[in-house]
Amino acid sequence: MTTAFSLEGISKRFGEVTALDNVSLSLVEGEVLGLIGQNGSGKSTIMKVMAGLHRPDSGLIKVGGRVVQLRSPLEAASAGIGMVHQEQSLITSLTVAENLFLDKPATSTRMGVYKWGDLRDRAKHQLDKVELDIDPFTPVSELSFGQRQMVELAKVLSLEELVQGHLVILFDEPTAVLNPPEIDALFSQIRRIKHRSSVVFVSHRMDEILTISDRVYVMSDGRNVATRDKANVNVDELYELMVGKQRVNRQDRKPREAHLGDQPALTLKNVTVPGEIEGISLTLAPGEILGLIGVQGSGAETILRTIFGMADEWTGNIEYFGKPLTIDSPAEAVHKGIGYLPAERKTEGMIRNTSVSENVAITYGWQHGRGGGMISRAKERGLIEGWVKKLAIKTPSISHRIDNLSGGNQQKVVLSKWLFGKTLKVLMLDHPTRGLDPGARSDLFAVIRELADQGLAILLVADTLDEVLNMADSIIVMKDGRVSARIEGVQAAPPSEEELVKAMV
Amino acid sequence: MSKRLQSLGPLLALLVLVLLFSAFTANFASLPNLAAVLEAAAIPAIVAVGLTFVLMQASIDLSVEGVASLANVLLSITVANSVTATDIGLWAIPLVIGVGLVIGATSALVSIYVRMPSLIVTLGMWLTTVGFAALLFPGRLPQILETRITSLAIDKHFGLSSVVYLTLLLIVVAVLVEKHTRFGRMSRAIGENEPVLIMSGIRVNRHKVAAFALAGGCYALAGILLGARIGVGNTQSGVGLLFPSIAACVLGGTLLSGGHGGVRQSMIGVLILITLRNGLIQIGVDPLLQSALEGAVIIVAVAGSTWHLRRKIRVIK
Repeated sequence: MTTAFSLEGISKRFGEVTALDNVSLSLVEGEVLGLIGQNGSGKSTIMKVMAGLHRPDSGLIKVGGRVVQLRSPLEAASAGIGMVHQEQSLITSLTVAENLFLDKPATSTRMGVYKWGDLRDRAKHQLDKVELDIDPFTPVSELSFGQRQMVELAKVLSLEELVQGHLVILFDEPTAVLNPPEIDALFSQIRRIKHRSSVVFVSHRMDEILTISDRVYVMSDGRNVATRDKANVNVDELYELMVGKQRVNRQDRKPREAHLGDQPALTLKNVTVPGEIEGISLTLAPGEILGLIGVQGSGAETILRTIFGMADEWTGNIEYFGKPLTIDSPAEAVHKGIGYLPAERKTEGMIRNTSVSENVAITYGWQHGRGGGMISRAKERGLIEGWVKKLAIKTPSISHRIDNLSGGNQQKVVLSKWLFGKTLKVLMLDHPTRGLDPGARSDLFAVIRELADQGLAILLVADTLDEVLNMADSIIVMKDGRVSARIEGVQAAPPSEEELVKAMV
Repeated sequence: MSKRLQSLGPLLALLVLVLLFSAFTANFASLPNLAAVLEAAAIPAIVAVGLTFVLMQASIDLSVEGVASLANVLLSITVANSVTATDIGLWAIPLVIGVGLVIGATSALVSIYVRMPSLIVTLGMWLTTVGFAALLFPGRLPQILETRITSLAIDKHFGLSSVVYLTLLLIVVAVLVEKHTRFGRMSRAIGENEPVLIMSGIRVNRHKVAAFALAGGCYALAGILLGARIGVGNTQSGVGLLFPSIAACVLGGTLLSGGHGGVRQSMIGVLILITLRNGLIQIGVDPLLQSALEGAVIIVAVAGSTWHLRRKIRVIK
């Protein structure tokens, strides 16, 4: 049992956010380490540190007992560390063979001209390892997702010939795009390569982690909270550990009393977006806050974006106050009174390099105009100042540039853009608290609650468990594009955090 | 299957055009006219070959008219001519092509190291080379007296001039480069996903410089062959090359967004464009209406070929 690879006291910050806080990890030769944790727990950051994509702020990385610097994926590769990506590292217009050796020094070329025969033989050898029976000269664009994942694996396994000694292979959610037989095939590959490599395996699915791992490594809030051997794993304990700090203080909790409208504002029946969500049904009443939660890629965001007219293809029915809603663009959704606060505030929410007032008035300013396409600056200014006061937006003046505001205040400006309209009936919030500090979060929560009390129907995709537990009247948990749990009457009888996590992973 | 159909679209369009014009005009399908189509297609094809590698990498090069004019003037004053006394004979050809290569490489280096979009750099290079052509121009139109050059356009073998044969040779070489060299393969990959290549340790910048240099060399060759054809050095000789060559590449399926198409596709694009021009003349369409029709056909063809790439939230500028 020799240690093949270890991280010692690794910390990594991104601006204000601490992604990894003094994390240590060691990998024994030939073991599979399953890495679990919620969104934002730091598991993808730790993978990127190991793969040479992020450089840690402090801490040591050791390979075979020797301290190494991993400044790029190439340096990681020469140290025997390879990452199996979710098929995004393949160039689809090139052949499988070319992709396999894209990042390797030996390219099978002489004076820049390909030696195709040599390349074919080398590629065939790599594909045989993963038992993928395809012509090495097939363009990647013609492969299925499962086949692409196997090519990714073969690409990493070709390190075997190039690097002496032990390998470390990182799998970053490799099963997300695979179907069950493909997952089985992947697992048998992982078992096969254990004789000369150690594996780190990240997945959102608990059952997969338990099937393939020798040890389970749990992360929460940027720390390693526990490591358990397969022999004495207690699943309920793992869920409990994953919840971490996202626990609601049940004593101080002030339940919200909702006054729901009679007629539903939004009704979704069997809404499907191919490859993203399947058969989603839900109803949302005026005055209600409906919380959606799920791990990344569970499809919660897709529901919002479909309602807002951003999906390219979808089937099913959406009713809006009893009438079928046929929207084809965000402009139509806005016209009908549906607002959407996107998760990517800086790219989709706010317009950079413009003033606070322009950001507020951009969407609904015309509703306060003189008619005939003429806007009324004076009237707008008065109303905007009213909202700035009401939401307590900290800005020197409303003509101040939005970029200079803090994240929480920027988010409130983006929110006022929607509240500015006279016709808004449904507001959809996509991770509204992302990147905000705790103070700004509770400010924003208070505003959202008040809006619901005034009769707005609110659909909230939450970042954390405590968000939905504090805010929502009902909760829908999403997993792999489907609804995995529905919980009503959340404010009166809140479910346990573990119950939610169980439905998520 | 539908994918195959998509890539065959431009070829089908070409066949339809040829059949239509053959059916509705007496002259189109005649051997002399088909030879005229090939002669007219030759120089745009040379330009399009160079441009294809640049476009596949998702860059663009607008400098062709300036570079070709400069090449043409430089050729005319360095071979035996009616104005200047210099005469370096056929050495003028490697000299001029070398100048083209250097200009192209310069565009790429500026774009890479000053971090400017190739659109702006080559727009500037276009005007710069036009200026150099004017500076070199000796005042009176230099007639090219070097018969080994003018004969390239005049002497015919099997009804076609050497210009056409040279173009065919260049196309064959370019297709081989595209298919079998690291440079050719990586060019398309750069257009599709440059970040992955950078992370894989590919020397992306070298391939970019090579593509622009190759393009500059092709424009210079076009300038030389223009000189052979018109027999003089003229600062305006390259004018009119930019639009048909870019349009031809895009028509054939080499999209401006990079990662698609190739030399063969671009050549089909050139043939579509030249066939359309020739056919419209044969039908007797008003020359003024002709360019309007050409423009409309290009828009329709490109809309058709990129239909499958539409996305709602994809912003197009």
